Amino acid sequence: MFGGYLPSNYLPIVVFIIIAIAFGAGTIVAGYLVRPKKTYPEKLSPYESGMKPFSDARTPFPMRYYIIAMLFVLFDIEVVFLYPWAVVFNKIGLYGLIEMMLFIAILLVGYFYAWKKGALEWD
Amino acid sequence: MLSFLFFYLAGVTVISSLLVISLRNIVYSVLALLVAFIHIAGLYLLLNAEFIAAIQIVVYAGAILIFYLFGVMFFSTNLKAKVIHHQYPIAIIIGLFILGEFIVAIYSSTFSMNRGEYTVQKIAEAGNTETIGMLLYGVYLLPVEIASLILLVAMIGAIFLAKRELKT
Repeated sequence: MFGGYLPSNYLPIVVFIIIAIAFGAGTIVAGYLVRPKKTYPEKLSPYESGMKPFSDARTPFPMRYYIIAMLFVLFDIEVVFLYPWAVVFNKIGLYGLIEMMLFIAILLVGYFYAWKKGALEWD
Repeated sequence: MLSFLFFYLAGVTVISSLLVISLRNIVYSVLALLVAFIHIAGLYLLLNAEFIAAIQIVVYAGAILIFYLFGVMFFSTNLKAKVIHHQYPIAIIIGLFILGEFIVAIYSSTFSMNRGEYTVQKIAEAGNTETIGMLLYGVYLLPVEIASLILLVAMIGAIFLAKRELKT
């Protein structure tokens, strides 16, 4: 009904995920059970290199992070296209190379646009 | 075993998707979205779409989720919003309409029992990524180049929208 072919060679990954979750949950539970429960405001405050927290962390970020995140997502997708190309590169040869050069050339236009507009500069 | 896995993955996907839209703290919603994305990757794996499953984790759980988290931090100063907004009657009507459309589409379509050219065994022999690569850079050459153009449009659009902020 559901394809009928169990991808059983992914079983080690499932085991790995289960061990990772069990380890994470196990240490938290063990810590909760063993530790002494004496709390005071100083102890419960967020610790960051000994600095006192001076404002809420949930404030709007500068726009530059958005551009960097957006460019990262787009180039990440470009790498997704590069991966199957690299796997079959031996079989498709020069034809595939030209095709990928065209693909990258189109994206390079966007890269130079980002560069020219100062999207990659930090101040 | 297979149907148990399917119902586990599908169930967790549905529950975590509901949590995405119902949790009060928007950062928790994004984390629930991460759970949904990873279980969708599991569903792809059950369909023997190994490459898509890996891409689901790398691109969606890796890149797009970070982007969402950033987006949440840019555009909303009020992070603890109301659970149900005032648009909910419209949302319910549109949602029911789309659901009805899905039901009609599923019941009116007939599933052909003929297997296509690329069966599970054939892909497993040639390798999943190799098959995708051969098809993408052979038969589907033009869509790949169009995908590159779409990425270019997205890139230029994002920079254009944020240009005003960059100048300052």
